[in-house]
Amino acid sequence: MGFKRYSAFAVAREAMNYHLGWERAWGSPAPKKKYDVVIVGAGGHGLASAYYLGKNYGITNVAIIEKGWLGGGNTGRNTTIIRSNYLQDPSAAIYEKARSLYETMSQDLNYNVMFSPRGLLMLGQTEHEVRGYKRTVYANNLQGVATEWISPQRVKELVPIINIDGPRYPILGALYQARGGTARHDAVAWGYARACSQMGMDVIQQCEVTGVRTEGGKVVGIDTSKGAIDCDKLGMVVAGHSSVLAEMAGFRLPIESLALQALVSEPIKPCMDVVVMANTVHGYMSQSDKGEMVIGGGTDGFNNYTQRGSFHHIEETVRALVETFPMISRLKNLRQWGGIVDMTGDRSPLISKTPVDGIFVNCGWGTGGFKAIPGSGWAMAELMARGSSPLAEEFSMYRFREGKFIDESVAAGVAH
Amino acid sequence: MSTRLQKGGRLIDRSRAMSFTFNGRKMQGYAGDTLASALLGADQMLVGRSFKYHRPRGIMSSGAEEPNALVGLGEGGRFEPNQRTTTTELFDGAVTASQNHWPSLEFDVGAINDKFYRFLPAGFYYKTFMFPRFAWKHVFEPFIRQSAGLGKVPHARDEDRYEYAYAFADLVIVGGGIAGLAAALAAGKQGKRVWLIEQTAHWGGRAVVDGVQIQGQEADEWVTETLQALEGMENVTLRARTMASGLYDHGYLLMYERIADHTPGDGRPRHRLWRMRAGHIVTATGAIERPLSFAGNDIPGVMLASAVRDYVVNWAVSPGDRTVIVTNNDDAYRTALALLDAGLAVPAVIDARPEAKGDLPEAVRARGVKVLEGKGIAKVKGGKRVTGVSVCLQAGEGAELETIDCDAVAMSGGWSPVVHLWSHCGGKLNWDDKQAMFRPDPNRPATGADGEAMVTAIGSANGHLTAADVLDDAHKAVGGKGAAPGAVCATEAPIMPVWIMPQGAGPALRFKMWLDPQNDVKVSDIQLAAREGYESVEHAKRYTTLGMATDQGKISNINGLAVLSDALNQAIPATGTTTFRPPYTPISMGAIAGEARGEIFQPLRKTPMHDWHEVHGAHWEPVGHWRRAYCFLRTGEGVHDAVNREIRQVRNSVGLLDASTLGKILVKGPDAGKFLDMLYTNMMSTLPVGKCRYGLMCNENGFLSDDGVVVRLSEDTWLCHTTTGGADRIHGWMEDWLQCEWWDWKVYTANVTEQYAQVAIAGPNARKLLDKLGGMDLSKEALPFMEWREGTLGGFRARVHRISFSGELSFEVAVPASEGRAFWEALIAAGEEFGVMPYGTEAMHIMRAEKGFIMIGDETDGTVIPQDLNLQWAISKKKEDYLGKRAHERSFMASPERWKLVGLETLDGGLIPDGAYAVADGHNANGQRNVQGRVTSTYYSPTLDKGIAMGLVKHGPDRMGEVIDFPVDDGKVVKARIVDPVFYDKDGEKQNV
Amino acid sequence: MLILECPCCGVKADETELQAGGEAHLKRYGPGSTDEEFDGYMFSRKNPKGVHFERWRHAYGCGKWFLAARCTATLEVFGTYPAQTSAPPADLQAKIKQKRPNWEGYK
Repeated sequence: MGFKRYSAFAVAREAMNYHLGWERAWGSPAPKKKYDVVIVGAGGHGLASAYYLGKNYGITNVAIIEKGWLGGGNTGRNTTIIRSNYLQDPSAAIYEKARSLYETMSQDLNYNVMFSPRGLLMLGQTEHEVRGYKRTVYANNLQGVATEWISPQRVKELVPIINIDGPRYPILGALYQARGGTARHDAVAWGYARACSQMGMDVIQQCEVTGVRTEGGKVVGIDTSKGAIDCDKLGMVVAGHSSVLAEMAGFRLPIESLALQALVSEPIKPCMDVVVMANTVHGYMSQSDKGEMVIGGGTDGFNNYTQRGSFHHIEETVRALVETFPMISRLKNLRQWGGIVDMTGDRSPLISKTPVDGIFVNCGWGTGGFKAIPGSGWAMAELMARGSSPLAEEFSMYRFREGKFIDESVAAGVAH
Repeated sequence: MSTRLQKGGRLIDRSRAMSFTFNGRKMQGYAGDTLASALLGADQMLVGRSFKYHRPRGIMSSGAEEPNALVGLGEGGRFEPNQRTTTTELFDGAVTASQNHWPSLEFDVGAINDKFYRFLPAGFYYKTFMFPRFAWKHVFEPFIRQSAGLGKVPHARDEDRYEYAYAFADLVIVGGGIAGLAAALAAGKQGKRVWLIEQTAHWGGRAVVDGVQIQGQEADEWVTETLQALEGMENVTLRARTMASGLYDHGYLLMYERIADHTPGDGRPRHRLWRMRAGHIVTATGAIERPLSFAGNDIPGVMLASAVRDYVVNWAVSPGDRTVIVTNNDDAYRTALALLDAGLAVPAVIDARPEAKGDLPEAVRARGVKVLEGKGIAKVKGGKRVTGVSVCLQAGEGAELETIDCDAVAMSGGWSPVVHLWSHCGGKLNWDDKQAMFRPDPNRPATGADGEAMVTAIGSANGHLTAADVLDDAHKAVGGKGAAPGAVCATEAPIMPVWIMPQGAGPALRFKMWLDPQNDVKVSDIQLAAREGYESVEHAKRYTTLGMATDQGKISNINGLAVLSDALNQAIPATGTTTFRPPYTPISMGAIAGEARGEIFQPLRKTPMHDWHEVHGAHWEPVGHWRRAYCFLRTGEGVHDAVNREIRQVRNSVGLLDASTLGKILVKGPDAGKFLDMLYTNMMSTLPVGKCRYGLMCNENGFLSDDGVVVRLSEDTWLCHTTTGGADRIHGWMEDWLQCEWWDWKVYTANVTEQYAQVAIAGPNARKLLDKLGGMDLSKEALPFMEWREGTLGGFRARVHRISFSGELSFEVAVPASEGRAFWEALIAAGEEFGVMPYGTEAMHIMRAEKGFIMIGDETDGTVIPQDLNLQWAISKKKEDYLGKRAHERSFMASPERWKLVGLETLDGGLIPDGAYAVADGHNANGQRNVQGRVTSTYYSPTLDKGIAMGLVKHGPDRMGEVIDFPVDDGKVVKARIVDPVFYDKDGEKQNV
Repeated sequence: MLILECPCCGVKADETELQAGGEAHLKRYGPGSTDEEFDGYMFSRKNPKGVHFERWRHAYGCGKWFLAARCTATLEVFGTYPAQTSAPPADLQAKIKQKRPNWEGYK
């Protein structure tokens, strides 16, 4: 593959030939017998992990194995919110790393992921919530994350369609991250896949892992629907199915799989240029570049692998948003969908070594993985290449044993 | 031009004219019209602009699949964007406007995009707009956002109301065509509770338009008779204007009833959202016709053949005087016949098949229409309206053979069963090569709670395209007795799949073949996606936006994936479909939210004294579903002043707090003491009858979860007070352990929170006030601190606890909830001489902070253990076990490095801002500033006239007197000294009098 | 939108009446247990894609906890039984085995 560089000029040049000259964005290779590293899961996190293995550590004899189509899990199902206004230090560190990598991702990957730092608000609607967010602002300022607490009037200026005087939960202010925003979720996976492919890595789709082979407590390879593949190191990055894969390798994770749903309205002209999260009433909303209002809420409560959720959660979320933005009452719900998220014991992720030597996990991102993708990949690559990573340090799966939790529910009821 | 015919029109009532406006222009239609038929009747074929290229768009279909004809409907609080004209019933006075253009529909500046179409292929934005970096956010994105979007933004508050409804049925049949009717009749006769729902206002579906004969009658008559029969069955419920929006697990069917869309403002709810639990669901949802992909197939005047037939037969509207039919199947010939019957011209039928010799083609030939076999359309001529077509060989590359003048094109590429509901919960599809369609696989249906099939597809939705097959399938599927109703219909020759027309079209033509006319996705775009490796159907969809428009690909998806399969050189089933997701067609957010908005957005819990507070200046704060008074405002007073006044009153005389929201849980039984010893960190079994004890509860993870005073009522009964927010949670928690772990322990619990009103009477004059009510000896000797007595107080049955959260002499009195308001008013009256006044939650918070008492939710946040708060005294050392004990033994929990509770005082007497952190030297490995503590509560103390705070600080209790730095806003630093957290009455003399 | 039959009151309860409580039949480890045992009890979960034994509370009904055997991949409910049970009833296990021959059984 030659990999033509993307640019407006290239598009114009190809237009002369009806765009018949474009090459594949990523290859479609058959698996080799052996790789230095195999990453299972070609979602955002898996692809980013592979990308930084190559980019930061020169490890390019890598295969990324995907059961379905790349980016087809939660990367392609989330509400694309990017923020780093987390309370606890380890979270703020990795999410801010991710957010800062998003700033330059389009240029780094030569693929426009449409990162749009349009600003993000988390509404304070109870005294308790206000205190939590003010605390977050102070914490963020020491963590190098730029956030501020803003008044209801400022909220109204930023979001003209909002109702700040709701009779039940008037808006008392908001935690505002001006450089938070959104990006085009599919493009993140596609951009990484193209970049990995360019580095000579194999992105192997439609390839299901059926077994994990170990010898003497060390990983030696995996069995797949496309045959056996040997490897020195194995990264499991399969949100939603982490427990299933861990079971194949013979250990358990502090994870449960739950359905999380989202929905979009029909497209309308631009009316909201920021992302708004309302955790007291359980809902969040932004407007996509296509004009759809993109809406999400909380997870279902029971273990579920179906990628379908229960309608009453949709109801609760829409109710919350009609209360917050009365105008959406006259929009229509175009499509709803679900994904399966990993929920850990403290709702923070795992980027960790495991009981099997050479196997690493990157999972447990719960409802908020998209925003972390580049930071997660960066930390995972460092952990896999060097054996430790400051960004990943606190996210070890063994933290539960020590009682050293990373609990973000302190500041936000609905994580996202 | 399109026009209203002089006669005919099954659905319109010419005696009832209705006027409406379109872009300010006054037009007229009839009762029974849809907006689309009325617009066509008024010669308004151009109704909108497409999403990307802003190309002119006309009405294409007559139903839910319509991609183009969307308008803004209504005004003010009844304005709604993106209303599908083909499914919106006309009403008198309707105000409509076309969308996505500026300055006008006829002249749209955005249409310049169309001139650059070659530079704007699928996904061009992924390859461009990357430099300079800031430009995406500030230049490119705003431009794209402005030119995308469709409808205008509604601004006014919705004037309509919406409601929920619930129902149960053995069988829900979705779709009121002949399949649904036949199935309902057969099932109804079996005595099942049957619902039959139909999304439009009319029953009978396509058969009544297509001139089918059923049981020797015209379909129309059969439908009327069948409806009458069904209406006569008590066990059958019929609902028109009701769409099955989505099927969810375990037979939960969401149904969207449009009650008043066609009668706005008549006082009825606009929409009703039915939550149906169905034993079984039958989808009789019919099929949707597919367009054909030829160059210019998006020009206004190119319509689905079935839609042309619908407009002529149902609404007496002719889409054009001269309509060319283009098809790959026999069914489209019915459109030719309908047009001819209406006296309109059909210059030709262009049939892609090498030969067309079935009953229907022959019937059309017999009427003198030329049938061009093996031909296709090379190109449609026209701009805002069709003016003609050029004909080519279907097998060729598009060389023009002849040109035919026409003002409409009726196209048919075959039919696709509506399989949405079938698929929502995992029902699978098979590709039927013969009929070129995906149809339900009866062996892989969606399954219900019992693991058995919960959906059956019948009729066209099941891939049966002739009336006879449809009725037979429907009858049998529900176990109908005897023979199915028979139907007479023309035999049809097989369809020939045609995915591009002509087959060998070159790139220039493919660039003009629309698949998704709303989102402007063309054949060339799908081929580009395949070329670039976006091979999965999901990739191709997302890369090109095929099927992501408001019609969700109802007419474009199958054509798109056929083109994709062809590009990938694989069979269509290998490509597969995208996932079908609810809703079937968009449903209003208003209906989803229902009535829960404004004051009744959530249930509101009120204490017995709530209304008194309301009229006495309560400044509310939400606490769970309760509202508690933050303070009580007097005329002209600010919140801060009110809080200080209330505190001074309590400290100096006496005040009243409505504490009714505090959780009250009775725990009773022989093992109740043992149980509470497990639940609380301290010992409750040893609490003597008549006494109270403060207790802490941890979760099994060791974190402090709730606190409160426990009261021993009798030998086997305890009353546990919880926080306001904790009542239900803690009661559930108790039940969890009793039912699931210690189920052999003999303990009962009851949450009696709402059974009692509770008032804290606090302040040095508290006893005097209660003595005025009289009836109980409340002296220090008779009722010492941390004890309780039951008696009658001023005639009220009362349980009086001597406990204090304010640090003052304080009694918490519980009375039956029904007497709460009267008791409260009695206290207010009796306290007049002491200047008694109510105080709110903020005064309570400040007073407890002055006393150094912790508050769940302030000092705790789910990460704090009792040891952090120096509450070791409340942790029993004697007990072998309690919930949280094992957790506390883990290394990080037992670490001496944990932050611990201290008091904090600023050096200048000012306030430390809420939430501030104390910094330590240096930075951590991730470049974050090191910290050594944080503020948990901070207040101005009117009692001490200075700022006071509590906080968690590393090694805090060992660092008394030390000054630490809290960086706050604008680079400033607040310096604070670590002090004892008890700021007021350290020895507790005030409360113990 | 699940429906589960509450074995205590017999009501076929809608999901909105219920509260989910996670994996059933966990053995509680208290003081004296090892860190591994306690960690396993608190956090390690089977989380299978398939047959799952789990806790539910009929929270907005009779208030009782009960247990359910449910498939997390299809949401099929094999049965519900009282919470006062240390292991899934034998007849329920047999029923599951019949419906899911590849099920490895309750461990």
